[in-house]
Amino acid sequence: MEERKIRVLVAKPGLDGHDRGAKVIASALRDAGMEVIYTGLHQTPEMIVSAAIQEDVDVVAMSILSGAHMTLFPRVRELLEQEGVDHVLITGGGIIPEEDIAELQKQGVGRLFGPGTTTSAAVEYIREWFAEHGRDREIVES
Amino acid sequence: MVPSSESPNNTELLERFREGQRTALARAISLVENTRPGFEDVLHAIHSDLGRATRVGITGPPGAGKSTLTTELANRFRARDERVGIVAVDPSSPFTGGALLGDRIRMNSLSTDPGIFIRSMATRGSLGGLATTSQEVADLLDAFGFDRVILETVGVGQSELDIAEGADTTVVVLVPESGDSIQAMKAGLMEVADVFVINKADRPGADRLARELEVMLHMRLGETQPAAAGHHGVSLRSVGRAARNRAQEAADESGGWAIPVLKSVANTGEGLDELVQTLDRHAVYLEVSGELSQRRHRRFIERTRAAVDRELKRLAWKVGSGEEILADALPELESGRESPYSVAARIVRELGVRPEANEGR
Repeated sequence: MEERKIRVLVAKPGLDGHDRGAKVIASALRDAGMEVIYTGLHQTPEMIVSAAIQEDVDVVAMSILSGAHMTLFPRVRELLEQEGVDHVLITGGGIIPEEDIAELQKQGVGRLFGPGTTTSAAVEYIREWFAEHGRDREIVES
Repeated sequence: MVPSSESPNNTELLERFREGQRTALARAISLVENTRPGFEDVLHAIHSDLGRATRVGITGPPGAGKSTLTTELANRFRARDERVGIVAVDPSSPFTGGALLGDRIRMNSLSTDPGIFIRSMATRGSLGGLATTSQEVADLLDAFGFDRVILETVGVGQSELDIAEGADTTVVVLVPESGDSIQAMKAGLMEVADVFVINKADRPGADRLARELEVMLHMRLGETQPAAAGHHGVSLRSVGRAARNRAQEAADESGGWAIPVLKSVANTGEGLDELVQTLDRHAVYLEVSGELSQRRHRRFIERTRAAVDRELKRLAWKVGSGEEILADALPELESGRESPYSVAARIVRELGVRPEANEGR
């Protein structure tokens, strides 16, 4: 009877309207058996964090194509921290230079995926992260 | 289940819940949604705080505009300084178990308001239009101090009617294009409505659908067709109006509720004020007529039954030796020496219940 699903918030911050990537990843995660909360376009870090808290998600995945990743990822992480939320993986994808990825990971952001990544790589990464770090992971269905 | 033995973890969670911490509410919802050990303790502990929130159910076919309508309703409740909790349900895939929960897309304007709490739920195999634990989640929102709880179902056809049990007031949202399927819907969805809303009423066909609905509601009151002239002689318009008036009169006389048919364009907010007024009227009606306490009684009964069923299931299959007995009996089942019924009787007997007590059925 107990059922634990991996819950993922897929968010598209920024002012551009390019949400194809976010939608593709949202569908892939759903097809992998996860519960995906998709918020749509134009999300501010505050909106993302508010949704992440209400939905009690395990993962926040952001698609950022606007170049604002050095602001947005740390800001989301900071706001989550302020709310006392420390069990959530922050990950994402977009057009992000290697050195920025390294810097963000140093700040506690998870793996970030660039163009050409297969959806299965993202699925696998989230599964593996959850198996190792996820809260209440002992009862997740395999 | 021993509801008095709160595990230390839950005690801390409940403390933070009562302090009004949203992370604790979110966590409590997950606990209940996942039926984690101790979730019944939490529900037990909050039970005495229930009954303050008014529960509004929003249901209707896919694409009728339920999420937009829910958002607009929430905005209007907020304008009156009511705090609003929203449970938005979307379907799980029966194949992968995954779900894409997209109701928040239409609710972005609400997302950082501290007086609003939105929780998306996947149906996880439940077929009633809500998730199995949506009502319990509504309880948590109620106990947390929200004045309104809006339950938004998945897009429904005729048979997904759990909402009638879960809400004080059920709003059935239709669109002008629903007209053709009204006949087919009559049996299910149409019977749970306390209020009808024809959304997207700026499209053609809205007036016609409204009239059809009113005639249908009128017929359900058991009266004969008004002004039953020959089949070319009556305009549906006058029949609809007469039906409406007579239904209202009958309702006024008996202290009952004449189910209103409203029109709205949720995108622009048109018709929403009238819907709010109607909900207010219905709340008064529920209170005055005693219907509210009846509905809540029914909810308690159903909830208790469900808890008993769940516990019996757990005793038989998880705590007791049901699975072992079943596994051991497989050869006998195959050879025909035992039947599923004799094995079931043995499993039930293990629980200390005498199956003979059921023979009267």
